[in-house]
Amino acid sequence: MKLAVLGAGAVGRAVVDLAAEYGHTVTAVADSGSAVVDGDGVDSEAVLARKRDEGVVGDGDPAHALSADYDVLVEATPTTLGDAEPGFGHVRGALETDRHVVLANKGPVAERYDDVRALADESAGSLRFEATVGGAIPVLATVEGVGPSRVNAARGVLNGTANFVLSRMAAEGLEYEHVLAEAQDLGVAEADPTFDVDGTDAALKCAILANVLHDGGYSLADVDVDGITSIPPSALDLAAEEGRTVRLVGEVTADGVRVGPRLVPEHGTLAVTGTTNIVQLETEHAGRLNLSGQGAGGAATASAVLADVDRLP
Amino acid sequence: MSEPANRTHTLRLELVDEPGELLRALAPIAENGGNLLSIFHERGSLTPRGRIPVEVDLECPPKQFEDVVGALRDAGVTVIAADAEHYGEAVTVLLVGDLVASDLSGVLASVEECGAASVVDFTLTDEPGVDDEASARLRLAVEAGGAGDALATVRDVAAEKDLHVVEPLVGDA
Repeated sequence: MKLAVLGAGAVGRAVVDLAAEYGHTVTAVADSGSAVVDGDGVDSEAVLARKRDEGVVGDGDPAHALSADYDVLVEATPTTLGDAEPGFGHVRGALETDRHVVLANKGPVAERYDDVRALADESAGSLRFEATVGGAIPVLATVEGVGPSRVNAARGVLNGTANFVLSRMAAEGLEYEHVLAEAQDLGVAEADPTFDVDGTDAALKCAILANVLHDGGYSLADVDVDGITSIPPSALDLAAEEGRTVRLVGEVTADGVRVGPRLVPEHGTLAVTGTTNIVQLETEHAGRLNLSGQGAGGAATASAVLADVDRLP
Repeated sequence: MSEPANRTHTLRLELVDEPGELLRALAPIAENGGNLLSIFHERGSLTPRGRIPVEVDLECPPKQFEDVVGALRDAGVTVIAADAEHYGEAVTVLLVGDLVASDLSGVLASVEECGAASVVDFTLTDEPGVDDEASARLRLAVEAGGAGDALATVRDVAAEKDLHVVEPLVGDA
């Protein structure tokens, strides 16, 4: 397949790097200010080197990437809220010209799922978005396999940064600000970790899960969101005295969608440590399924993108 | 008018493993007109919190039973269940915020008033952190199947007092 990759962050770059290994050709790459297009396949190493050294992927206009010759649009630009632009426009452009779309960008399916679904229904192209929930973990593929109507509820730890902070605070008895600074030094937390610690990122993933499980109708506004910024070490101590700990848990049930700090058994399945993510699916006939693994990271998330490309018809 | 007939009641208590604790737990029962029928004190088995479970059967007029339970709690004894059908489940929640300014006893009273839950244990951290933030752990006994209602009440009361609640995950709690 010929891939057009929009977005040259950690995930977009890793897709460009790994595409050949999966048997695909990258015919276009664009970041916010530049693009490179070659119908025979771009020189991945040269593109990545130029991005690293000069901050651009090529000399072209980013808009040219969308008019390139490609089968699959890989949308890996930064997630935006509300109208989910420019990601939504890219998705529209690809589907209206009957091309497939694989998303790593959460915005279009978290904020405008019904619009995106309608575009996909009209298109000969397909839409997939495994990488938007749980990074490398095949959450949506599992839901698809079980059947969305046979999954009664989903819950999980869906943000590695928040989980790293909470598990370090509990283990070391350190204040939130201290651990967050440490996470930033380690590259676990971004310079602006607001969406990670205020619950927004986990809430977007839960909105996507709710859309898949309940066939649309959800956006960030439908999620009851609370973050971890107000959890002091003393709360974690009190939890530990009873063999519990606190995790930022997202829940999708028939009653609604919620993200917030919750008490969980200290050695329970949901109490994953570090940047690990976990998703629990409560299924109608198969009991509880636990899926855990790396919820972020360039290569890990790119593997979910490329797995989606392989699942396309 | 005749005196109301005595009824048999069962209490489940959790005691710290220290000398004199059992005696301390039994005194409020006798002092409030309870007639002890049996005491099952299983020193070998510990609750998940490392305490000793004690089951007490007693006889008293129905009205006095509440006094007995109240006196036990006032004496700092953890009552896990008072007549099994009454308190079927226990849930733990954390409250975080400026607990002193938020009139903590008022919060507890509001939770009890709603009728869905009874506060069986309460622990407060002694050192407030930054911005006078402190944490408290609340253990609630709720009627079987009533955890959802009890947690909703705690949420409402906490929101009113500008406190954060860390709820258990129902089903996993």
